[in-house]
Amino acid sequence: MSQLDELFARCRAEGRAALVGYLPAGFPSYDLSVEAMVAMVEAGVDAVEVGMPYSDPLMEGPVIQAAHQASLDAGTRQADVLRAVEAVAATGAPTLVMGYWNPVHRYGFRRWAQALKDAGGVGAITPDLIPEEAPEWLEACRELDLDPVFLVAPSSTDERIAVVGRTNRGFVYAAAVMGVTGARAEIGAGARQLVDRVRVQTDLPVAVGLGVSTGAQAAQVASFADGVVVGSALVSALEHDGVEGVRKLAAELAEGVRSAG
Amino acid sequence: MSQSPDQAGHFGPYGGRFVPEALIAALDELTAAHLAAKSDPVFLTELDRLLTTYAGRPTPLTDARRLSEHAGGARILLKREDLAHTGSHKINNVLGQALLTKQMGKKRVIAETGAGQHGVATATACALFGFECTVYMGEEDTRRQALNVARMRLLGAEVVPVSSGTKTLKDATNEAMRDWVTNVETTHYVIGSVVGPHPFPMMVRDFQRVIGVEARQQCLDLVGRLPDAVVACVGGGSNAMGLFHPFLDDTSVALVGCEAGGDGVETGRHAAPLTAGEPGVLHGARSYLMQDEDGQTALTTSISAGLDYPGVGPEHALLRDSGRATYTGITDGWAMQALEKVAKTEGILIAIETAHAFAGACDWGRAQVAAGRAAEDLVMIVNTSGRGDKDVDTAARWFGLVTGEELAESELVRAHEGEQP
Ligand SMILES: Cc1ncc(COP(=O)(O)O)c(C=O)c1O
Repeated sequence: MSQLDELFARCRAEGRAALVGYLPAGFPSYDLSVEAMVAMVEAGVDAVEVGMPYSDPLMEGPVIQAAHQASLDAGTRQADVLRAVEAVAATGAPTLVMGYWNPVHRYGFRRWAQALKDAGGVGAITPDLIPEEAPEWLEACRELDLDPVFLVAPSSTDERIAVVGRTNRGFVYAAAVMGVTGARAEIGAGARQLVDRVRVQTDLPVAVGLGVSTGAQAAQVASFADGVVVGSALVSALEHDGVEGVRKLAAELAEGVRSAG
Repeated sequence: MSQSPDQAGHFGPYGGRFVPEALIAALDELTAAHLAAKSDPVFLTELDRLLTTYAGRPTPLTDARRLSEHAGGARILLKREDLAHTGSHKINNVLGQALLTKQMGKKRVIAETGAGQHGVATATACALFGFECTVYMGEEDTRRQALNVARMRLLGAEVVPVSSGTKTLKDATNEAMRDWVTNVETTHYVIGSVVGPHPFPMMVRDFQRVIGVEARQQCLDLVGRLPDAVVACVGGGSNAMGLFHPFLDDTSVALVGCEAGGDGVETGRHAAPLTAGEPGVLHGARSYLMQDEDGQTALTTSISAGLDYPGVGPEHALLRDSGRATYTGITDGWAMQALEKVAKTEGILIAIETAHAFAGACDWGRAQVAAGRAAEDLVMIVNTSGRGDKDVDTAARWFGLVTGEELAESELVRAHEGEQP
């Protein structure tokens, strides 16, 4: 059983959804990014996505784009991302990397998979990679026992959802709305429909991301999904209110996933 | 040799689809529509009608006799895409994609643009077809190609200046992709070159092939044989791919691609991924790419907004590796000299992008003669991808053609000096 399997099994036993928090490594500085990620685990985040900053993050809205650019401007390198993974994994929370493909491609995905494993990472979420383009990456993950996490979207056909369901390990990431990352006033009905469609195709847990920013929204999503992913709202909290802002929001979200009826 | 990608859009190790899952359904729909259209006589007749009666095809092949002395005496034939409606080859692709948009029942179109030629062509087709049109353009490019911004707006398009990242074509493409992910159900993204996820590199090539098909026949009619070389500038690579493709099996014909050498490829300040990049993934496809050790996209430098892009189409990557085509970097200075030479010897004001091809053609001709080939036996076709109206302002400054006073008088210059930081 992988760390993610254990986490989702434990959350299921507790009758709640898992809370997954995202922050980019190196924003606003290396030290503060790690402090903030550790703080969110202390405040109740169950698993962490360490964002790998990238010059051209196609799936990101303005908040995360700006954070990636600021991190790169501050000099964040690939080695820093892996160092951040090591520091966060030391908390015991399952730690993944959320990374666009070119930096991994450039590093060499085999070498990178090994480095991720050595740092204590449990897997990677790859927003611009589809299973069909990833045979060698999947082989490396199998050999090293890492969990590859691909996304599904409202526009995915059932066939494609089935492919992702067969390929992923750990969980299926459901990008619940069409569009880029960013806080949204409402989580549409589409999110629930997508989760239902995923459940027909696979027994893997389903985590919903894109748009969740408050405890109430987390509770709402937790009522039909196995995991709630929060990104932009945590980045904004870090930007405006520092590590304590992250701690406070994480606590609110943690309460949210526990209060779902 | 006439290569097609495999079913998943791979040209050897290049191409493919490196995009968010949310776009896959739309890419599948587009692939199916394109493949069906390729063998649909109704579609082909309609496209042919548009190309003939609206875009003005076939474009002529012009014998550039006076220019030939600058190419060691080799004969230079100009494929006159600058004479196509809207002033560049971009219209060929846009009319094809506009017809597909109509077939798919979409009513909103988005595009990225660098020099503004693709944006103008897209705005034009949208006016003709009655589509809503939004064009993303880097803020720096809206300044250096202000004339085209005005043209697009006159044609009814919304032009969105992009101020993130490099403020040029790369970031305009990022923004267009983000729009597409959000609005894919109602919107078609008309990519302007042979880049992006499958089926774009194949589809845009198919729509641009008309350049090479015409040029090949025109050359046979005029000269009685195939050319020794065909030469084109390479930004994303669509005018080059359109010219090269019908010659792929003619192994006696050299295929020469001219990238933006900026300040000189050796300085690192350029936009020549095939000449000096490494394989990587950008904007949905694997190809050659300018990037740093960590896989972050590198900054590019070029006087030409249309070539100022760190990536290139995947089919070019394969042609580079196989050696079937050769690619070379042309510096800003060398390109501008060529622009002046073409203007003064042939009376044709070409785009700065296009000037890179002319500089490369002159180099190629002279190199052949230096290697002992008889100049009078050499024939080249140079793709005259676009006209230079949009670049008059840049050229005026480069060559110091107008006095400071005249510059200050110029409405255009004043308009965008007001925007300068
Ligand atoms: C006149 C002209 N030629 C060439 C290009 C480069 O594009 P491509 O390499 O796709 O032909 C552009 C792009 O803006 C252009 O405007």
